[in-house]
Amino acid sequence: MIYEEPRFLTGGDKSIFVEFGDAIDPKLNRRVRHLKLSIEKASIPGIIETVPTYRSLLVYFEPLQINARKLRAMLYSLVQSLVESEIPKPKLIEIPTVYGDEYGPDLEFVATHNGLSTSEVIKLHTGTPYLIYMIGFIPGFPYLGGMSPRIATPRLETPRTKIPAGSVGIAGSQTGIYPAESPGGWRLIGRTPLQLFDPRREPPALFQAGDCLNFISITPQEFKSIKESVEQGTYLVKETLLERGENGNF
Amino acid sequence: METFEVIQPGPLTTIQDLGRYGYQQYGVPPSGALDNYAFRIGNLLVGNEESAASLEITLFGCQLRVLQDTTVAVTGADLSATLNGNSIPMWEIIPVRRGDIIAFPLPKSGCRVYLAVTGGIDVPLVMSSAATYTRASIGGLDGRALRKGDVLQTGKPVPAPTRARVPSEYIPLYQQQVELRVMLGPQDNCFTEDGIRTFLQSEYTVSTQADRMGYRLEGPKIQHRETADIISDGIPLGAVQVPGDGLPIILLADRQTTGGYTKIATAISVDIPKLAQAKPDDKVRFRQVSEDEALIALQEYEQKINTVGRLLRDTNH
Repeated sequence: MIYEEPRFLTGGDKSIFVEFGDAIDPKLNRRVRHLKLSIEKASIPGIIETVPTYRSLLVYFEPLQINARKLRAMLYSLVQSLVESEIPKPKLIEIPTVYGDEYGPDLEFVATHNGLSTSEVIKLHTGTPYLIYMIGFIPGFPYLGGMSPRIATPRLETPRTKIPAGSVGIAGSQTGIYPAESPGGWRLIGRTPLQLFDPRREPPALFQAGDCLNFISITPQEFKSIKESVEQGTYLVKETLLERGENGNF
Repeated sequence: METFEVIQPGPLTTIQDLGRYGYQQYGVPPSGALDNYAFRIGNLLVGNEESAASLEITLFGCQLRVLQDTTVAVTGADLSATLNGNSIPMWEIIPVRRGDIIAFPLPKSGCRVYLAVTGGIDVPLVMSSAATYTRASIGGLDGRALRKGDVLQTGKPVPAPTRARVPSEYIPLYQQQVELRVMLGPQDNCFTEDGIRTFLQSEYTVSTQADRMGYRLEGPKIQHRETADIISDGIPLGAVQVPGDGLPIILLADRQTTGGYTKIATAISVDIPKLAQAKPDDKVRFRQVSEDEALIALQEYEQKINTVGRLLRDTNH
């Protein structure tokens, strides 16, 4: 549900949460992104940084530059002045992905579990854009919404100790990409050669909360050549601006 | 300039500054010195900017060889600092010479010591900061804790202030009983009245799971109304997260940027250094304060640091 008025929640003496509702909902998430962008545009002195999540924006500030009461009033009036039609368009980013074999060792399992063929799983997984609700857990990890319930699959009972960077997986009704090598229990269906997060890049992540991404099925040969150009720094990530109303909710 | 060689790193020695800001939206926590007060005073003593990179040294065992004459200051925990085996005073300027050995053999009070050096530790900045975040190998020296044999570079020496010592009334005492002032929220409404009373009236013990990411406490269980889970949101510094087991976890500089557990309260910023110096088995109590009280505490804290800076620069003493 979306609240009629945003709620201001206390995050200690140096941060304030602006909460718009209590659901995982693209409309709510769009409000969060919109407030974040209008704060950046207003460049309010004393705001240190903001952290967008599913349904709230955490605003870090320096109380000796702007006190909490004044900041809440400013945030409130910014929220009131948000006009939906003025929100900048989010990006749609293409994530080239090899499905199956050593790249996605659990693709067969996901197919069998859901009574589908592996090519039907790939079709369902690549057939829809995913909204990036937020980035968290580890640097560059996107929390995605919009996966088809027809390919939902429970996590591994025993997590793997090492998952390669770029692995694309399914956990329950969620899908995601591991930006760095890490342990994990997601069912791995593919891998992308893109580097989602690079500390030396500015900005370090390929996308922001509120953007969308699309998985594109590629061959192992294409994986190899894209990976080489990513490593040489010559790969151009394919992205377009997403029109409102296009692709359902986004 | 090569200034130090690590003979022994001890359990955790990292390069830190005042943190990395603007990147939590990408899942990167601020990191930076856990004891903001000791860190800033250390830099003021050697004449640096408050934010210059220094070493954060944990508990015991760290030993460094000095590779060229320089000036350092040791602030924070009392880890029995020595120079060539002789004990050295803390919270004052210490000139050191090539070949000297600085060591931290034994914790007496607190657990994190800062070694500030004139010119600061020189490492490439990552996302505008020298702070080390070991979990994602970001910042510091190759994104990791220091190892035996590492050589540390420092920046160009800066003029030292005229006064060499922090007056004793500005030196904190690190105690084994810590009172943390908190502001309730963001999810205090997810707890029963009994739960909030338990939280504010009980004594908690720092568990062995206490590190730069957060401190897990043991003690009376805090009762939720219904569930301990929320739709994930951001996690401020000092957030007191209470998962389903009812035991509080206080989140610090290397915390995950977002999380799905209820947060009953948030410790005020000026009290974080007290917790950062607490060790397993130390006791923690929480006291509720208002937004205005927290603001006054912050004004006093910043004034205190300004005063120290002024006293150190003061030529009339």
